[in-house]
Amino acid sequence: MPIAEKDVRWVSPTKLSLMDRLYLPSIFSGLGTTMKHAFSKKVTQQFPEERPQLPQHYRGVHRLNRDEEGRVKCVACYMCSTACPARCIDIVAAPSPWKDREKYPEIFVIDELRCIYCGMCEQACPCDAIELTTLFDLTGLSREEMMFDKEKLLSVFDQTVKDGTDPVRTTSGKLSVASEPKV
Amino acid sequence: MATVHINGAAVDIGDEKLNLVQAAKKAGVEIPSYCWHPALSVVASCRMCLVEVGEKKPDGTVAMQPRVVPACQTPAKDGTVVNTISEKSKYAQERTLESLLLNHPLDCPVCDKAGECGLQDYTFRYGRATTRMIEEKNTPPNKDYIGDNVTLFTDRCIMCSRCVRFTREISGTSELQILNRGHHAEIDIFPEEPLNNKLATNVVDLCPVGALCSKDFLYKQRVWFLKTQQSVCADCSTGCSTHLDYNKDIVYRLRPRDNPQAQGHFMCDEGRLDYEYVNAKERFQQPLARVEGKLTPQAWEKLGPQIRSELVGLARKKGDAIGAVLSPFLTVEEAYLLAKLMKSIAPKARLYLGYVPVRGKDDQYPQDRQGNPVGPAKFTIRAEKCPNRRGVEAVLRQLQGEVLPFETAVRDAGNGTLQALFVTAGYSPNAGQWYQTAQLESLKKTPTLIVQDLMPSTLSAEAKYVIPAATWAEKDGVFVNHANLAQAIHWAVRPGWFGRTDGQVFADLMERRGLLNAEGLRKELAAEIPALAPLAGNLGEQGVKLR
Ligand code: SF4
Ligand code: SF4
Ligand code: SF4
Ligand code: SF4
Ligand code: FES
Repeated sequence: MPIAEKDVRWVSPTKLSLMDRLYLPSIFSGLGTTMKHAFSKKVTQQFPEERPQLPQHYRGVHRLNRDEEGRVKCVACYMCSTACPARCIDIVAAPSPWKDREKYPEIFVIDELRCIYCGMCEQACPCDAIELTTLFDLTGLSREEMMFDKEKLLSVFDQTVKDGTDPVRTTSGKLSVASEPKV
Repeated sequence: MATVHINGAAVDIGDEKLNLVQAAKKAGVEIPSYCWHPALSVVASCRMCLVEVGEKKPDGTVAMQPRVVPACQTPAKDGTVVNTISEKSKYAQERTLESLLLNHPLDCPVCDKAGECGLQDYTFRYGRATTRMIEEKNTPPNKDYIGDNVTLFTDRCIMCSRCVRFTREISGTSELQILNRGHHAEIDIFPEEPLNNKLATNVVDLCPVGALCSKDFLYKQRVWFLKTQQSVCADCSTGCSTHLDYNKDIVYRLRPRDNPQAQGHFMCDEGRLDYEYVNAKERFQQPLARVEGKLTPQAWEKLGPQIRSELVGLARKKGDAIGAVLSPFLTVEEAYLLAKLMKSIAPKARLYLGYVPVRGKDDQYPQDRQGNPVGPAKFTIRAEKCPNRRGVEAVLRQLQGEVLPFETAVRDAGNGTLQALFVTAGYSPNAGQWYQTAQLESLKKTPTLIVQDLMPSTLSAEAKYVIPAATWAEKDGVFVNHANLAQAIHWAVRPGWFGRTDGQVFADLMERRGLLNAEGLRKELAAEIPALAPLAGNLGEQGVKLR
């Protein structure tokens, strides 16, 4: 359908003034912006040579915390896997080999590819055993590699504590309410 | 006629002898209770059920008693007034829970009961959210060993004494007792006298908290992952009603389901623990046929018609040369289908009752330490270790005219009368070996031996065709127990890779189209078999009595 004559509005370009037509003032003002940035504080980071300092509440790769004796702190209560909306935590519980606890995770696997990094597992854990760290650049060559098992998750704890990127954030006592008095 | 007033609502309890907990339940009101159990004596020791009680006088005035009373110990009379939500009642409930939680370790994260725990539930509904106790808790150490199937987490116990009363009143074996008094009271066994009676694991269901746990189920699953289906125990002819708890095609545990018509509130450990074979890896996953002397996997789409045409061919030569053995582990529907299948191929086909496993004598409880029954029976483990002999017999009596025992099948196979024999088995391992070596020699003389079983056996090794069988956890149907009580079972998990239940196999062989519908089939067989006529109706949760 052709456009009706009454709907057509004719516009003409505004006339440039003499200053506009010289162009030089605009060129110098643009150059000024460039120079200002050239000498101000730089914000670009040379990743991966330079690593960003992420805030503590950043939700990256998980870790399984250790207690003071270096044992896995998790008591295999399945709260995290119950809360997990992505259903990516797989736990097999067993009677614990230690006297002061009844239950521990024999197998603990998180599928880091399926995880949506929502942090609900960390919130659900009654023992502060699982935490999300600031590790964010997770890569792998196979799917299997991205299934993080207990050892791997504990090693993330060791590494992040050693590097000092994620100090232990534990707030509750020894093993939280889930523990019994030490014998 | 007695009318009880619960929280202002009048409820007619008729002539029943009820306590206030039961009467309130009739009105849809929950009175929290721990120590009271309908099958056990009343001790009124936990004080959880304290409520305000009064009486409605004939002139309409209500006189409330000044003190709260235990509802479990107070009989409901005409005119009794109960108030479970008054300030006094609520105060009593809250304080009772607070005192129960004083020394409770609250290790719900590692406690197997969490999710179905009476202490959690009542604390959530009637308790207070915080504790005022600042002293250290008294947490006695857990017991290393109290029995083969049960473990005791001493510190979680709330001293309701249900477990103790169970061993005294139901099993009669009295292994459990309360040691010490007051603050130091704990449950324990007598030295060297572990809790190993055949009903022991019932104390786990009775325990309202996570103090007594089943060793078999310990830490296998959190209970909120489990789904539940109503089923019937297949281990003996008592036919205990059960809850079948499963998740992702794995059976995790069986629990007794209250059914006054069948067994009451409990079940035996043998039946409870005999589900492992349902999950067994060794079970047949595919139908097999003998090709060049070796059993090789076959596609059912091809093998089904092949078996059928072979049976038809043999029957055409000689009508009574084909036969089938109907296992007492088949449901009524399956027995009917198999019988119809054989009779439709050859009206003279022989139908036999499968081997009926019988072990020892009926085991009646309560019994004394020597194993002699004491007083009236409260639970009986039957010697007949199969769930549905009576159901299969009813089918056979109608369609075969008589019940030919397994020995006759063996004899007929041995003397060459039978050209084809369809042997259904599906026995639970607990039923024991179901044929003798000599019987095997006779059975394997049948040229076309079709074996439908769960796992490889010396008999299946001799078969021409092997068809995977399904267990009770995988099929819908009806089992008829020792007292002619017909109870429905329901499928919970899928029957392995093969994906067909026994009934579906028979239906396929009959060239019936579509998926099997147990309920429709029941209507069909009820019309044909007068003895099973009640099966046409709704079986409900507790089943119907035949005749
Ligand atoms: S971060 Fe969220 S999705 Fe990932 S494991 Fe935890 S709960 Fe599951
Ligand atoms: S919630 Fe915490 S303690 Fe429980 S299983 Fe998960 S990591 Fe372990
Ligand atoms: S018995 Fe109940 S309240 Fe106590 S730890 Fe177990 S689940 Fe929690
Ligand atoms: S062990 Fe359980 S059933 Fe026995 S007294 Fe304690 S709480 Fe009650
Ligand atoms: S249930 Fe009434 S006192 Fe325990």
